Amino acid sequence: MTGQMFVQHFFNALTLGSLYALIAIGYTMVYGILRLINFAHGEIFMLGAYFIFFAGSLFNLPWAVGAVISIVLCALCGIMVDKVAYKPLRDAPRISALISSIGMSFLIQNLAIVVFSGIPRPVVRPDFFVKIVVIKGVRILPLAVIVPVVCFVLVLGLLFIVYKTKPGLAMRAISKDIETTRLMGVSVNRIIALTFGLGSALAAASGIMWALRYPQIQPLMGFMPGIKAFIAAVVGGIGSIQGAVIGGLILGFVEIMTVAFFPELSGFKDAFAFILLIVILLAKPTGLMGEKIEEKV
Amino acid sequence: MKALKVFSAVLLVFILVGSAFAADEIRIGVYEPMTGQNAFGGQLTVEGIKLAHEQAPEVLGRPVKLFIVDNKSDKVEAANAVKRLIDKEKVVAIIGSYGSSLSMAGGEVAEKSGIPCITDSATNPLVTQGKKYYFRMCFIDPYQGAAAATYAYNDLEARNAALLLDVAQDYSVGLGNFFKKAFVKMGGNIAGTYKYQSGDQDFTAQLTDAISKGADFLYIPSYFAEGAIIMKQARELGAGFYIMGGDAMDNPDLVKIGGDAAEGFSYTTFPYAPEMPDMTKEAETFTKLWREKYAGTDMAEPNANSALGYDCYMFVIDAIKRANSADPEKITEAFASAKNWPGVTGSTTINETHDAEKPVGIKVIVSGAQVYTASVQPEM
Repeated sequence: MTGQMFVQHFFNALTLGSLYALIAIGYTMVYGILRLINFAHGEIFMLGAYFIFFAGSLFNLPWAVGAVISIVLCALCGIMVDKVAYKPLRDAPRISALISSIGMSFLIQNLAIVVFSGIPRPVVRPDFFVKIVVIKGVRILPLAVIVPVVCFVLVLGLLFIVYKTKPGLAMRAISKDIETTRLMGVSVNRIIALTFGLGSALAAASGIMWALRYPQIQPLMGFMPGIKAFIAAVVGGIGSIQGAVIGGLILGFVEIMTVAFFPELSGFKDAFAFILLIVILLAKPTGLMGEKIEEKV
Repeated sequence: MKALKVFSAVLLVFILVGSAFAADEIRIGVYEPMTGQNAFGGQLTVEGIKLAHEQAPEVLGRPVKLFIVDNKSDKVEAANAVKRLIDKEKVVAIIGSYGSSLSMAGGEVAEKSGIPCITDSATNPLVTQGKKYYFRMCFIDPYQGAAAATYAYNDLEARNAALLLDVAQDYSVGLGNFFKKAFVKMGGNIAGTYKYQSGDQDFTAQLTDAISKGADFLYIPSYFAEGAIIMKQARELGAGFYIMGGDAMDNPDLVKIGGDAAEGFSYTTFPYAPEMPDMTKEAETFTKLWREKYAGTDMAEPNANSALGYDCYMFVIDAIKRANSADPEKITEAFASAKNWPGVTGSTTINETHDAEKPVGIKVIVSGAQVYTASVQPEM
């Protein structure tokens, strides 16, 4: 493999990895606070991509306006999902909420098939995202730089909210002990709604970025990225925001590099993601950046 | 009371005479997906069959009666539909179905009852494999893979081909393997065989590797949704090679999703399109008849499925004529012995595996339109 090809593979991996990271942050955040694996996250991600598609194709809104609308709508959807599927189960065993989230995921998927139809649709991409830059024979999409930057900014913003603001303090308190937090006079449901809103806004942001990278959307597009983001979150240490980013990048590199070095194994790209998951669970069950099990943050 | 008895007797006579007349007609069954996920193809096929029936409403001096059943794009419904056509309607031959899995489900039932069937567009080799009574009007997947290789080697002058196959689809793997076999036999080189799974969105690693191996041609026998994304990513990575696919790419959305990246993309498909050059007499007649009948509707233009439906009916009528009998066994023999039968979709010869040997059509995307450019006789 020539150096030039390696650099090309590197940038391919960086783009894919930061997309996974972007989805994984929203995933891990809900888990970090509620200890709930929200399988509907991948579906909110899909809705994010559809909303920006409709904003552009039906209402002819500029791209940036569409993105904002999509993020707001997805945040509302996330809050609604919490109200319908998780709030009634707040005091039930954790497994009930997990099952409810799987149910929610299938419900949204199938509703999307009914409403949007199963036909894949093309997404129009603004030129500045896809105008290819060629540096010494390596072709780089501006997205390959924009996605990691967006990812970085969102992580900083999220860390600020969680560690420096009052609602953030309440979130961390809920993750420790939901009952006591309630007794302290915190409006637990409102804080959880906020958590879901934020997590879903992040899902929308990643859905939009994904649609820009792979400009074709369909109702089942959220399933595989959702699973991959889950793996990324576990590899990085589920619950840890920085861990999600690291896990996402590792996953992106594993996928691209296995194909790059072993082209004949390219059909087993997904298998390598799952092998990575198993290896991490065996070697370090809390993930790379995971907290020790006894003290939950 | 007596009046009632007389009336009943008269009625009985009429019924008997009526059924005697009914026995005189030749009953042909059709089972196609008119609703459900395959409805698009099934409806057009049925319209083609109806148009053919209007042209040839009788054979051997007896009227032909069509029994059309909707199999709802469902395997169980397909098997039931064939059962109903045979047991209740007493048909002597059956046309159908669009979709290989539906044809396989129906084929089991027909095989047991010994009623000859001909499918319009099921391309999977398993549909007719080991069957005595099942035939097809279209080519099979291996044939299509070989046709793509012939076109790539002779017309595009490709010598170093890369393949990108969907390991989750038999269709894709099958076409890829037969392409490889034919391409190597002609003297071409395979630069690399890459794989992915249905639903994958990122093909950059595979494409980057194919580019570095100096491939001048890429074969992607996938469905149009993934195909369009592959084309986009290939062009983004600076790939200059030709890209080619199979009949699953024959969808107008391909251009919508692929955009500029789809320019110059070619694919193999059934050898009929209303705008094709060097049309045969049959194809010309069919195109004219269709346009007259469906002008102003949303099916104003015929497609390959409607042509295949038309051909199937005409083929059955021709077989009955040649057999000079409406006996299912005799019709089966006539099906199997068909040679150079002139159809809308080209001259058809039924081979020993009951598949039609006919040219494969090539369409190319030019300025956003899918243009029929050539008919290829594959070198197997």
